[in-house]
Amino acid sequence: MTWSEMQPVLSQACWDTLYMVGWSTLISVVAGLPLGILLVLTDKGGLLQNVVVNKVIGQIVNIARSMPFIILMVALMTFTRWITGTTIGREAAIVPLAIGAIPFFARLVEMSVREVDGGLVEAVQSMGGSTWKVVRSVLVPEALPSLISGATTTIIALIGYSAMAGTVGAGGLGDVAVRYGYQRFETGMMWITVAILAVVISLLQLVGDFAARSLHRRTGRSGGLLLFRPLRGIFPGAVATEAVKKS
Amino acid sequence: MHPCPGTPTPLHSTVTETHVITTSGLTKVYRSRGREVTALDGVDLHVREGEVYGVIGQSGAGKSSLIRCVNLLERPTSGTVTVAGQDLTALAGRGPRAGKELRRARSRIGMVFQHFNLLSSRTVQDNIELPLEILGKAGRARSLKALELLDLVGLADKAKAYPAQLSGGQKQRVGIARALAGDPKVLLSDEATSALDPETTRSILQLLRDLNRQLGLTVLLITHEMDVVKSICDSAALMEKGRIVESGTVSELLATPGSELAAALFPVSGERTGPDRTVLDVTFHGEAATQPVVSQLSRTYNIDISILGAAIDTVGGLQIGRMRIELPGRYEDNVVPIGFLREQGLQIDVVGREGEEPLLVKEGAK
Repeated sequence: MTWSEMQPVLSQACWDTLYMVGWSTLISVVAGLPLGILLVLTDKGGLLQNVVVNKVIGQIVNIARSMPFIILMVALMTFTRWITGTTIGREAAIVPLAIGAIPFFARLVEMSVREVDGGLVEAVQSMGGSTWKVVRSVLVPEALPSLISGATTTIIALIGYSAMAGTVGAGGLGDVAVRYGYQRFETGMMWITVAILAVVISLLQLVGDFAARSLHRRTGRSGGLLLFRPLRGIFPGAVATEAVKKS
Repeated sequence: MHPCPGTPTPLHSTVTETHVITTSGLTKVYRSRGREVTALDGVDLHVREGEVYGVIGQSGAGKSSLIRCVNLLERPTSGTVTVAGQDLTALAGRGPRAGKELRRARSRIGMVFQHFNLLSSRTVQDNIELPLEILGKAGRARSLKALELLDLVGLADKAKAYPAQLSGGQKQRVGIARALAGDPKVLLSDEATSALDPETTRSILQLLRDLNRQLGLTVLLITHEMDVVKSICDSAALMEKGRIVESGTVSELLATPGSELAAALFPVSGERTGPDRTVLDVTFHGEAATQPVVSQLSRTYNIDISILGAAIDTVGGLQIGRMRIELPGRYEDNVVPIGFLREQGLQIDVVGREGEEPLLVKEGAK
């Protein structure tokens, strides 16, 4: 296969993957964020403590989390058809992708939000803030760097899932790798998809890390510009001047 | 004239006789895994308007539970809390969630925390605006108020900084500014200086003192540091095992024989230098402290007095404290000079007299 033959196939596959991952990320963030926060709030000692709701959501999340994606996909076929009218193609793949990723992201949100200092919640309560105000001005903004890291992890997991979705006719890079690379022994095509995936994932991780870190930096928890951090070990004086500036 | 023990002394102009915080029969029991821990055991607290009231005790004594019950961050198991004439326990309702009425009441009570609890995602100014957002104030009014408060706590140039860029003392100043944003009548301070170094502690206490005077703000603080009580409190209470064991204005406490708080606030020590000597603990409170009684005594009776130890302070504008002095001769020889001192309005405790192995010796010897 020549490059001119491969190129349209690959660009269509890239676009399909992007489409599937993009929409399913959006849906899983929109649904997973409140779900994760709800898991924290309804937990014992939480602001909306409700053991029953907590247990039910927790169980659903656990089951969905532990389900192998390829089985989830097959199991959800009726549901997918009900929503999109088909079980084949990239639109159809979005349904199981999102449903697989929602509990995944919800758990990550739960972990991030739990990390938020309870004292901050108490402070807002002492000002007369409602639970909604606590969520909006404490839990989400304070957990934001960690939530962004969680979203990055989710996107990368979704890219992995989307390759599996490719095997049941959703298209995308996974589909290309299987159809060309595996079934037709087009090793070149295979390696190109692998390379594209590797580059995309590295880039996403890089952007995600950068976003999370720059938020951290703004709030100063990591302290100082990233660029200068290695210098501290070498020039302790640099730290001293910074300390003077702070005081 | 010296104030009689038991009579509340107006310590400075902002203190009135109105009780602004009252708890009665406050009890808090924590249940975990079938075990019950009583954190508060029938606490009756009366904080007068305009005073700085310190609750001191060791960790685990229930101080934290107490201050959290005052704005109902913790629900008391039983008892009532009244702040500024409003029964908060009645507002709270039964459920664990704070209703609108309780939240409104809370917004009129400021609170500062040991670990500042500033939002790291917001600038200093936005942190101070947070309570104003909760009160539903408009953007412009919020920022005006925030800047005004920053000026008040001496951080006018830090409005756009993030909390992580501030020192501990600066963070606590922001915390105080934030607590004042809703124009509260009452400020609760939960170990506000415990995470700070001694010098910063002094400046924060000074700030609280100034605010108390300037704004007539009532401050209820809890602490485990005696110095905090000593430097700014008009009244104090000692907590042990969920109960208040002593309470009163500082001079009332000092006038109470055997008061542990007074002994801790004004520790005196010093051993008798030989037999045939009388050791006295002289407690000054009120006007007597301003008179040179020791030299008067010396001159009047022509005796040599040695001072073994003393702890005299100016608390709330009055000199109060204790001094341990030694007179030559046994107790029987010194009945007249002791009578003279008592006549001056001083409280005299004879140390180490047979029959009463006094608490003061133990306390002083620590």
